[in-house]
Amino acid sequence: MIAFALRRILIGIPTLLIVLTVSFVLIRIAPGDPAQVRLGDYASKASVEALRRQMGLDKPMVIQYLEALTGLLRGDFGRSMLSARPIAGDLMRALPYTLELTLSGIFFGAIFGIPMGIYSALKRNTAFDSIVRTLSLGGLSIPGFYLGILLMLVFSIKLNLFPVVGGGDISNLKSNLYHLVLPGLTLGLVMTAYVTRMTRSSVLNTLNEDYVRTARAKGLAERKVIYKHLFRNALLVVTSLIGVYAIVLTGGSVMVEIVFSRPGLGRMMIGALMQRDYTTLQAVMTTFAAFVVSINILTDLAYAVIDPRVRNK
Amino acid sequence: MQSGRKLTTVFLRNRTSVIGASISALLFILAISAPWISPYDPLKQNVYHRLIGPEASHLFGTDEFGRDVLSRVLKGGQISLFVGIVSILLGILIGPGLGMIAAYAGGKIEAAIMRFLDVMMSFPDEVFGVMVMIVLGPGMQNVIIAIAVLMIPRFARMSHAPTLAIKDLDYIASARSLGVSSLRIICRHILPNIFGETLVISTLWLATAIRLEASLSFLGVGVQPPTPTLGNMVRAGVDFLATAPWVSLFSGLGILLAVLAFNLLGDGLRDITDPKLYAR
Repeated sequence: MIAFALRRILIGIPTLLIVLTVSFVLIRIAPGDPAQVRLGDYASKASVEALRRQMGLDKPMVIQYLEALTGLLRGDFGRSMLSARPIAGDLMRALPYTLELTLSGIFFGAIFGIPMGIYSALKRNTAFDSIVRTLSLGGLSIPGFYLGILLMLVFSIKLNLFPVVGGGDISNLKSNLYHLVLPGLTLGLVMTAYVTRMTRSSVLNTLNEDYVRTARAKGLAERKVIYKHLFRNALLVVTSLIGVYAIVLTGGSVMVEIVFSRPGLGRMMIGALMQRDYTTLQAVMTTFAAFVVSINILTDLAYAVIDPRVRNK
Repeated sequence: MQSGRKLTTVFLRNRTSVIGASISALLFILAISAPWISPYDPLKQNVYHRLIGPEASHLFGTDEFGRDVLSRVLKGGQISLFVGIVSILLGILIGPGLGMIAAYAGGKIEAAIMRFLDVMMSFPDEVFGVMVMIVLGPGMQNVIIAIAVLMIPRFARMSHAPTLAIKDLDYIASARSLGVSSLRIICRHILPNIFGETLVISTLWLATAIRLEASLSFLGVGVQPPTPTLGNMVRAGVDFLATAPWVSLFSGLGILLAVLAFNLLGDGLRDITDPKLYAR
């Protein structure tokens, strides 16, 4: 198991490296000079040049790339091109807001989505199934930012139950949770739609398997068939798919953070983007990719725990 | 002819796809006829009619510049639909080719192409879309390109697996032994096999493309105001959510309806065409 875990983590490293390279290149070829942006349109040419030197922008691309890479290995994300603050600090401040949001999204999605998906598959073509299918398709179709706005309109503006914007005080649990409810619910509802759908179809596929038919044929109680045969196997598929949807989740968290003005990674990314803060932008992109890659590794490991066959492959 | 009629019957029996197709058709008609049915000029400002709630003369109300929201939703819907369709077409033009070439060529070419696509897909859509938009700069043409770039890996991956399954079948091998060129084999023998699936899937991905366009415009990197798209209208309306929620509400409803329609249609079509599901 440890060998499997190590192998899986090692495979993640080149992916991260390529991601870093791609984001580095994309951001560098983007138009707009960060030194110019920082000094404004009326700055003299000489002062822009001086700032470029100070920011290391005059060095060849390859050197800049290697510096970024070696810095990253030391856990140093460099300094913000705009505020000159170390980015690592900004990242650490933003990360908890994004983490709690995505985690609540996944939990919400799993707790409601899995049972609904299973029940809907078992009651295929009944009214319950139709309702669940329609709702989950609706959940897939509604953009996260629109759902967030709807919830905000009803619960914050009309009913005045929750705060409209902000992330609350991260060190104060009550204020923090109070600010998390609506964004968490938004992301959670979207995730529920995805999880319900994939659970339903994976249970439907399992229902057709020979071993389920055999279990029924030998007279096993339906409850046992469901828990011992169906559930476990369907769970396998769902676990691996949660990894796939990690990407949907992270993308969704960006949109939800923007709607609710939560000071997380998504807002940091958009802020950096608007101000052409290359170094911050790159750090956030890399963090996002690392986030996705680690969720994938975690789900693979969970998969290996549930299914011993995977470990020995 | 027989099979055509059978397919129509199956289609009509599938409620999901009929509902999806009806709403999609309605949206298409509305989008095309937008210039004629819009009650006002979607760009015309009127300072005396700012932020008026829905009423008889402005069914969806007006925005902060006094522009008619209904007219803007129609125009914005037209643009969103156009962006979605063109980017999907671009995706279809390039994606399946890449996937088929990768599968057919095998070896290092396949590894290189598929690995590259994996990396592209390891970014969340919104994040990668934003990255591409930074490089290209805002504007409708660039949004189309950005969404196409996001769609290409999906189409490539989708066509990769079936090509792998087909390429070693006897009839391909015999075509190759007859000296038929690889290009011809891909176009004449492999492409027709994945064509149907691509078409069905592209309906679903049109829904994704429309949602992505809305997301990018909402983030402020997409099509820029004053040109309306459903996404940038929702964004503009957020500032007035407490006093004039109709601006965001109606434009968002447009996005939801369009995405839902194409999801329903695609879902239904997939149920019909997937023989495994059909048999059940």
